[in-house]
Amino acid sequence: MTIQSTAQEVPVLELDPFSDEFLNDPYEAHEQMREAGPVFWLERYQLYGVARHTEVSQVLADHETYVSSRGVGISDFAKEKPWRPPSLLLEADPPHHTKARHVVSHIMTPKVLRGLKEGFQERADELVERVAAGKGTVDGVADLAEAYPLEVFPDFIGLPKDGRENLLPYGTMVFNTFGPRNSHFERAMERGAKAQAWIMEQCQPGAPAPDGLGAKIHAAAAEAGYNEEDQAKLLRSFLSAGVDTTVHGIGNALQCLAENPEQFGYLREDPSLARAAFEETVRYSSPVQTFFRTTNKDAELSGIRIPEGSKVLMFLAAANRDPRQWENPARFDISRKAAGHVGFGFGVHACLGQMLARLEGECFLTALVRHVEKLEPAGEPVQQLNNTLRGLDSLPLRLTAA
Amino acid sequence: MPKITYILPDGLETVLDAEPGISVMRTAVSNGVPGIVAECGGSAMCATCHVYVETEDPEGLAAVSDVEDEMLDCTASERCANSRLSCQLQVSEDITVRLPETQL
Ligand code: HEM
Ligand code: FES
Repeated sequence: MTIQSTAQEVPVLELDPFSDEFLNDPYEAHEQMREAGPVFWLERYQLYGVARHTEVSQVLADHETYVSSRGVGISDFAKEKPWRPPSLLLEADPPHHTKARHVVSHIMTPKVLRGLKEGFQERADELVERVAAGKGTVDGVADLAEAYPLEVFPDFIGLPKDGRENLLPYGTMVFNTFGPRNSHFERAMERGAKAQAWIMEQCQPGAPAPDGLGAKIHAAAAEAGYNEEDQAKLLRSFLSAGVDTTVHGIGNALQCLAENPEQFGYLREDPSLARAAFEETVRYSSPVQTFFRTTNKDAELSGIRIPEGSKVLMFLAAANRDPRQWENPARFDISRKAAGHVGFGFGVHACLGQMLARLEGECFLTALVRHVEKLEPAGEPVQQLNNTLRGLDSLPLRLTAA
Repeated sequence: MPKITYILPDGLETVLDAEPGISVMRTAVSNGVPGIVAECGGSAMCATCHVYVETEDPEGLAAVSDVEDEMLDCTASERCANSRLSCQLQVSEDITVRLPETQL
């Protein structure tokens, strides 16, 4: 079925990318969307979608046409009031966005992150060695994937020890709210409400420890002329985006390695592949699956006209497995050059935390192959369904200590 | 089409066509030129696509932005006056770039 609203006919799809069935296993539907055309119409939600690498990249790159200030979720802020004050980074356009981004990028440079490596590596080694030495069967999610970022990230920001259990429910809530008001959205709002008060408290200038990144963001933001409310909002971006994403990245990496023992073997033989293995995980099993844009003027993409005020859903994870871009895209292969995937986005909104995420992933996987000789599935993993993220609730693993 | 000459650390040279709108980084990576890592895929976040521009007074190159300037302070090999991030470079004239010893 097609509709004749535009220069070329837009293929119409009935599928629901926020249904449990889709979120559980999106890959066949991804293929259906890629094959439908360069741009398609999702009838159920009355919006456009892109799932091929070329078109997803074009939408990401053209931030003047496809804006973020009208929301990067399904709701159009020009028509609906957002549920929380919009982010100064994620939900903003240049020039405001440029200024806010510079405050943060200035502090989290690759050089600063290189300086953190030794400490991050030590903590990963301690954790993995301890877990591997214990009972043979573990939960890869709770014992490893959540434990590691929850240890290093809040310390890096300078958060107190008490209350850290609020970080995951808050992040889960934020990422669910980019989707429609389905059961995941509603449940996440319920659970996240309690966490929200704690998060807001930690974001206030003066709250984070003076030597952490949080205090540095506040100071740099103050210097750039942001008031206290906006200083808090800048830090909030980190607490929203910095935990669930890396937890899922590490959890998905563990799953991929357990299910592909030959790849785990290559990594054991050559631990310098740890960073590449994490990169391939972000391509193959992308923690952030989707983001939206809104057209701020009439647009045309690959011959299809998209009117002003349209929501456009970018399937990042589908682009990351587009056979037009990748050889054997459905193969997890740590030796491939995965750079060029859009799992961290691209362009002016490209993930600000990507170098930190890579550092965590690299340190964790390096520790894994140092301290674990054999990694085997010990039961069915349980998928955690989220309107934006892909990750696990639990991952039973049998570890043999090295 | 303008040509890009890449001089590798061992002195070997590779010459490629510069397609309009495609960065010096992307041209190298899609043709398998070693020595440009480009971890962030061209978002000016990683500083692993560092090159030295050897052509004197190259025409039509965009100036170094604030973000690129900051990133160039983070390169693994020494920053020189002719250091650039190749992901931020698009060329309209022939150009020669030298790759650094290391990107990581
Ligand atoms: C594997 C882990 C991660 C993944 C897959 C990921 C993915 C993404 C993606 C796809 C975007 C683009 C959003 C858009 O285009 O609208 C983004 C933006 C962002 N990420 Fe990440 N992220 C990760 C980790 C982190 C971490 C650790 C932090 C913080 C330390 C972080 C902070 C941010 C921020 C602040 C933005 C907004 C940037 C802007 O709009 O200018 N992320 N991330
Ligand atoms: S590719 Fe990362 S900075 Fe150029």
